[in-house]
Amino acid sequence: MAKLHISTTINGEPEEFLCTPDETMLDVLRNQLDLTGAKEGCGSGDCGACSITLDGTLVCSCLMLAAEAEGKAITTIEGMAEGETLHPLQQKFLEEAALQCGICTPGMLIAAKALLDENPDPTETEVRFWLAGNLCRCTGYDKIIRAVLDTAADMRGAS
Amino acid sequence: MSDSNNKWIGENTIRPDGADKVTGRAAFAADTSMPGMIWGKVLRSPHAHAVIKSIDTSKAEALPGVKAVMTAADIVDFPVDTPVALGIQDMRWMCRNVMAREKALFHGHPVAAVAAMTEAIAAEACKLIEVDYDVLPHAIEIDDALADDAPILHDWMEFDGKPSNIAGTIEHSKGDVEAGFAEADVVIERDFTTRPVHQGYIEPHACLVSVASDNKTTIWSSSQGQFMVRAMVGLLTGLTQSDIRAIPAEIGGGFGGKTIVYLEPLATILSKKSGRPVKMTMTREEVMRASGPTSGSKSTIKIGVKKDGTITAAEGLYWLQAGGLPGAPVRGAVGCALAPYDIPNGHTLGYDVVCNRSKVAAYRAPGAPIGAFGVECVLDELAEEIGMDPLDLRLKNAAKEGTEAVHGPVYPVMGYVESLTSAKAHEHYNAPLGPNQGRGVASGFWFNAGGESSAQVNITEDGNVVVTTGHPDIGGSRAGIANICAELLGIDYKRISVLIGDTATIGFSNLTGGSRVLFASSMVVTESTRTVIRTLCELAAKIWDIDPDAVTWEDGEARPAGANAGKFDPLTLAELAARANETGGPIGAGAQVNTTGAEGGFGTHICDVEVDPELGIARVIRYTVLMDVGRAVHPAYVEGQMQGGAAQAIGWALNEEYLYDKDGKVDNPGFLDYRMPVASDLPMIDTHIIEVPNPKHPQGVRGVGEVPLVPGLAAVRNAVHNATGIRFNDLPLSPPRILAALDVREAAE
Ligand code: FES
Ligand code: FES
Repeated sequence: MAKLHISTTINGEPEEFLCTPDETMLDVLRNQLDLTGAKEGCGSGDCGACSITLDGTLVCSCLMLAAEAEGKAITTIEGMAEGETLHPLQQKFLEEAALQCGICTPGMLIAAKALLDENPDPTETEVRFWLAGNLCRCTGYDKIIRAVLDTAADMRGAS
Repeated sequence: MSDSNNKWIGENTIRPDGADKVTGRAAFAADTSMPGMIWGKVLRSPHAHAVIKSIDTSKAEALPGVKAVMTAADIVDFPVDTPVALGIQDMRWMCRNVMAREKALFHGHPVAAVAAMTEAIAAEACKLIEVDYDVLPHAIEIDDALADDAPILHDWMEFDGKPSNIAGTIEHSKGDVEAGFAEADVVIERDFTTRPVHQGYIEPHACLVSVASDNKTTIWSSSQGQFMVRAMVGLLTGLTQSDIRAIPAEIGGGFGGKTIVYLEPLATILSKKSGRPVKMTMTREEVMRASGPTSGSKSTIKIGVKKDGTITAAEGLYWLQAGGLPGAPVRGAVGCALAPYDIPNGHTLGYDVVCNRSKVAAYRAPGAPIGAFGVECVLDELAEEIGMDPLDLRLKNAAKEGTEAVHGPVYPVMGYVESLTSAKAHEHYNAPLGPNQGRGVASGFWFNAGGESSAQVNITEDGNVVVTTGHPDIGGSRAGIANICAELLGIDYKRISVLIGDTATIGFSNLTGGSRVLFASSMVVTESTRTVIRTLCELAAKIWDIDPDAVTWEDGEARPAGANAGKFDPLTLAELAARANETGGPIGAGAQVNTTGAEGGFGTHICDVEVDPELGIARVIRYTVLMDVGRAVHPAYVEGQMQGGAAQAIGWALNEEYLYDKDGKVDNPGFLDYRMPVASDLPMIDTHIIEVPNPKHPQGVRGVGEVPLVPGLAAVRNAVHNATGIRFNDLPLSPPRILAALDVREAAE
């Protein structure tokens, strides 16, 4: 299969790669670009472990063709912290033990950040429905939901 | 060490591996790669039950890009007549489970594997392998496997002198059950079923294996035990253990399901044959079809009580599905079922039944939730029958220190009664309920476990600490270890880093499982740290030129012990470390112990549901977990275990089940149709940690991973009963099942 040449932006840096027309963004991130923070939990759009943003919109990278990245901006978990400074969500997840095994964590964080970018003052129910596409089998979601709500409150306070 | 003096034990410190995990840096098994790496893929049986007459791999081998092909012929054969136990596994079954030998026993059973330049080529090559099957009738459900005309899975299996699908039984008895039932005023006997459910870890199985030409083998994999991986791969491939280095990758959940190997032996053989490192990952569909869920079950529970609530006798009969090879968690079911109660006359008996499903693996308190389910449902009905509060009925019969359990042990001090009394006093238990809402309670027990553990504590030259243990950290155990080590040394927990050693760098350590890791690892970490402290005191004594016994260790520094020791300024850990070279050399100590003294854990759950009478949907609207954990070394991760276990129980009770089509094929092998709870399905889950320290453990730890799943099935079901007035005895309580029962009742009215 002839490969396509794709120019894109990943975590703020220009990036180019070659991919076949049927390759997913998740496979390219993980197997070509060494960005293994996005995880494959299902490959079918049902677990959210592969969450990234594409031009600011939350997407499952396992459902996205790599070719769709052409000319767009992608953010992965590797781009969430600013240098040494963790994003407030990352910090809160640590402080409130909102992760156990940690495999769902990158996807959860990306999804939660997309929520707070859109809605800085979500209710518990809104957080639960927004994160309904991100499976976590370890935590029972309690601490994750609390961490997102507490981060939102802190960020509102800070701004 | 008294509680009030604790600085770090009981603190919610930030886990040592935390920053790696929130930045995406942590390396899970599928995240690793190697130069020259190629990809492996498994060909799986399309039949639920078939004799494998022949396999022709020649076309696959000829495909460009293919580097190696393997079948069961490449795996060491363990004849069925000689048991070879490895932990709770038997290599006779393992060698047949990782690759079908005489027969394919379930849809998805591996029959061959290929390594090729890309995953796509490997998948293509799998399609070119020609397997000649003799398809046989299959038995998926317990009743199909036990029927008189059932297809017998294994011609070497007999029960009661006849060919059978019953692989074995386990039984416990105490007293005289018949006499006990004769004394009862009310006796209730009911039949129950539960469905197989999957652990549902979000990370599919994965590994990367490199075998060099001299057989030196490195395995990176996601497992609950690198030493288990080393031993099993050694046995299944014929490599010597000392040639194998098994490196534990970060593990993305296991819940018992990663206590055995699936891919590692195959990747090892493919790597040896191809001379290249081989990476293998499972798809979610492969995880669902071919890794081990827990058993489905049927059971009959009979309990007799006097009018005042005293249990006079109890009996439980269980049939559990093992999958295609023996090994259902019968021990957990029959051992834990009656364990919370002081019962004078008790009998439990369980059958291990093979059927054409994937071989079960451990799932969080294996067997115990099944054991508790029927018992806790019948207790609920008995309480109603005699007009007693269901918590009072449990309290009346609660096991306590000195109680002789039906499964054998006499209990030491423990906090089961406290879980009941705090449930009774809890605001949740006394809150009003709305229309269509109901409340249920249930209790549960898990044995907990000790076993082999190794640790090494090293002091760095700049006076910080590196602790290495042999247990994969599945849910935050590094944080608990950091707390304990910081407490003992009297230094800030941030100065301690906790690593998981591989099989070449740390002594043997048994699996992360059985709720044993913090129990066992904190014992060896404590022993190692105490030795290090002794060394530090000796170094100080040398510097001061006094007797080592005249030095004590307090708040992270060596001090002269009492007025007679002499007058010296304290020496801190950093100062002693800096002078280690001149005073005696490196500071470090290790310990390897087969730990004992694990004591059981008990918990009680309160669940509120609201049932939608139109749709049949039961929604959990409030949930509280009350549990004796012995000692909560890191309370936030203890709560996390309690909440996660409850969430899994809710899924098991309400939605999760394997569905099979008529050909014996799993019909819902993905997260869309195998519906685990998502965030919007659940409420916040309240926790109430009870601490009755285990007297046999230096920090009082009991273990927390498993108990939280055990009571949940019945707590949810009892709540649905309370909301609807209908006693559901078959899980899951999915909308169609609830709706059908509501319709039947409406028709009868
Ligand atoms: S891997 Fe993409 S949603 Fe699960
Ligand atoms: S922390 Fe393990 S899946 Fe979420």
